[in-house]
Amino acid sequence: MEPATKTETLDIEGMTCASCAAFVEKSLSRTPGVQRAMVNYATEKATVDYLPTQASPATLKEAVINAGYGVTERAPDTSAAERGAEIDRQKALAYQKLKRRFGVAVGLAVIIMPLSMLMLWPAMMQRINMQWLNYALLLLTLPVLLYSGREFYVSAWNGFKHRAANMDTLIAVGTGAAFLYSLAATVVPGFFTSRGLVPEVYYDTTATIIALILLGKVLELRAKTQTSAAIKSLIGLQAKTARVARPDGAEVDVPIEQVQLGDIVVVRPGEKVATDGLITEGHSSLDEAMLTGESLPVEKNAGDPVFGATLNKTGSFRFRVTKVGADTMLSQIVKLVEDAQGSRAPIQRLADKVSAIFVPTVVVIAILTFVIWFDLAPLGTRLPLALVNFVAVLIIACPCALGLATPTAIMVSTGKGAEHGVLIRNAEALEKAYKVDTVLLDKTGTITKGEPAVTDFWTLPGPAGAAREAGQLLQMVAAVERQSEHPLAEAVVRHADAQGGPRLTATSFRAIEGKGAAASVDGQAVLIGNRRLLADENITLSPPLIAQAEQLLSRAKTVLYVAVAGQAVGLLGVADTVRDTSAAAIKKLQGLGIEVVMMTGDNPETAAQVAGQVGITRYFAEVLPQDKAGKVKALQAEGRIVAMVGDGINDAPALAQADIGLAIGSGTDVAMEAAGITLMRSDLNGVVTAIELSRQTIRTIKQNLFFAFIYNTLGIPIAAGLLYPFFGLLLSPMLAAGAMALSSVSVLTNSLRLRGFSVKS
Amino acid sequence: MDTTAIIVTVVGLGLVAFVLWYFFFSARQTASAVSSTSGVQEVAITVKGGYSPDVIEVEKGKPVQLSFYRDEENSCSEELLMPDFSIRRDLPAFKTTLVELLPKEAGTFPFTCGMGMLRGSLVVK
Repeated sequence: MEPATKTETLDIEGMTCASCAAFVEKSLSRTPGVQRAMVNYATEKATVDYLPTQASPATLKEAVINAGYGVTERAPDTSAAERGAEIDRQKALAYQKLKRRFGVAVGLAVIIMPLSMLMLWPAMMQRINMQWLNYALLLLTLPVLLYSGREFYVSAWNGFKHRAANMDTLIAVGTGAAFLYSLAATVVPGFFTSRGLVPEVYYDTTATIIALILLGKVLELRAKTQTSAAIKSLIGLQAKTARVARPDGAEVDVPIEQVQLGDIVVVRPGEKVATDGLITEGHSSLDEAMLTGESLPVEKNAGDPVFGATLNKTGSFRFRVTKVGADTMLSQIVKLVEDAQGSRAPIQRLADKVSAIFVPTVVVIAILTFVIWFDLAPLGTRLPLALVNFVAVLIIACPCALGLATPTAIMVSTGKGAEHGVLIRNAEALEKAYKVDTVLLDKTGTITKGEPAVTDFWTLPGPAGAAREAGQLLQMVAAVERQSEHPLAEAVVRHADAQGGPRLTATSFRAIEGKGAAASVDGQAVLIGNRRLLADENITLSPPLIAQAEQLLSRAKTVLYVAVAGQAVGLLGVADTVRDTSAAAIKKLQGLGIEVVMMTGDNPETAAQVAGQVGITRYFAEVLPQDKAGKVKALQAEGRIVAMVGDGINDAPALAQADIGLAIGSGTDVAMEAAGITLMRSDLNGVVTAIELSRQTIRTIKQNLFFAFIYNTLGIPIAAGLLYPFFGLLLSPMLAAGAMALSSVSVLTNSLRLRGFSVKS
Repeated sequence: MDTTAIIVTVVGLGLVAFVLWYFFFSARQTASAVSSTSGVQEVAITVKGGYSPDVIEVEKGKPVQLSFYRDEENSCSEELLMPDFSIRRDLPAFKTTLVELLPKEAGTFPFTCGMGMLRGSLVVK
């Protein structure tokens, strides 16, 4: 076997002319192990194919440098893993720093607060110099402002320069105003007293607001890391190494990045499968729950596909690598979930519009509050009242709750969906699934397994059949069918294998096109096929056999006739069998108030029979593949919001036509492209999970948005003093800060409740 | 209403007018993409309390590479959302993060921070 080559792309530095490119190319080509080097002067890139056994990126770089040029390290990588690690590190640091800033603010605020309240004890106040107390408070507040609250001011200023205003703008202006007023009252109290004003200070307000907002931020950061926990655990499933069997028989552990297509990987009991591939030898049962949500282990034999990140339970096996890196099932799931988390739900549109103008609008309201209070309040108290209400308006307004309402719920729920084997393409799909009132199921492959199976085996009683046991007859038939490639034959073999019994061998096999097969087993001529096969061989059917066949046909089954030594002796009924879970899942859907409709290419009798079996009352029979989308349209024309569930390529137009398409996992990539939701498990329960999850998610989003809107529309007028004329009520800025800190945390906590999602049984 | 009240009212209304003009109506910083030799449209964006430039013009049908350099630690800007392209990225502080996309349709597509406070837009022509 020819050893595999690797391809490396290098960014070359310092090439000033086309001949430089030729020079670099020559130098690279001469490097041992390099099979082909191509340097493009225009893009300043070299593409090199080399043997990893003799060369490496480092030796290639050396060759370029030897030629007198440089290699630029690749531009900042966007690889998810690297960025993820860096971000995690930074986030942990930021969290530590935030906690320190919060600690300082709280520590000082608990000293500042009682000191500010000394004035409540007049006896005490007489002994204390007011001026000195204010200076002491100023000194204590400064660290809170400059250390704990510094980021608010820096961020507000940076935003201001960009004509952008954010939450920090509100906090900075609010606390800034309270502090500056207090500073003036401390430094030049004479200015206030000369105008008949008491030089009051608000250091406690400033410090407490900062402490409370920081508390909110600490809680928020903690909760936020949990929203993306699901995707992190998905990424974390990736195996780090693989045990590769070398052609010389040695087994070596290699880092997963070095595993190549075609490698043979050894998996022992209890080990994680490193990447995707096909089993070449051995068999085992694998736990695929992490990818498909299927809780039962899946049996796998030679030729079956295995997927990276799944867990090998009992047996040992070897598999040939068919996919690595970004192509693996796990990577694709991660990509899909990441994409979904970046998408926007249409429900969010209003919140987006409000967020865009929120902060400047609040600033305007705060200024107007100040002006109105100043103009209308009694002369002696107008300035402090105007100031306190101005600060309260700025501090209570919380754009965060509005901004967090939808995305956090989407993040938690798409992650949760992936855990259950339900992959949601985007937020819009989730919102559509929420509105669904009709589920249209394509019978084959969704309600049924999509492959024929033997459901009845009947042997003729009496002299002809008594000669041999039914089990033996089945093995004789299986011996013939084992040599056939017909799908019905496979069903017969599977059935016989499941029954057990001694294996027989068939000789002089011949397939009879469109009719069946014939062979000799144990010296007897065995025929299996349709009625025409027996008719052609001039074998007559006895009346009980005909009666039995008609009964099977009336139940929409395919009948296979068996003849041994020129005599018809038995029948096999073959049908596409209903999945074990279908009836229960359909009942659950109906329990959710959804009408379940079936569509099939079968004749009306078969359709009625299957529909009755799973509890469906409405169905479309004899639907041609090209008419499937039309049936979706017909249901939509009745004013229904239709979810289409399908698996095959010919379902793609119907999946796309439906309000929401759900592709069932064992299906094809084409179907998944057209689907809004992909079910990893071939099981209708996934449809129930998807719809339940969408309902809970949208409900959570609605609660969040309602809360965020109500909070702000009630909070801002109250903070502005709207209740004062009626009830004499004013909102202290410190209470406003507490409310603000709690509001965004409440929204986050509500979204995190989705982590407890489970399907009600 | 005394003189002070009149002054406060006039200054207040003046500030209101300034805030409205400054945040909603003043001119924005615009940048057009530079096409590199390989046909990729490249734009560098600095993230610091906002996006500069915050209006980015690119051509339809050609790949776009946006490099976001986050020049601050403030948590507001740590997430980047481009919902029309299903992109949600964490931007590490003081690092450049590349975002690649292919604009297939003309139009204006917003990009924002995680909470929708910082905004910019990608104008595809």
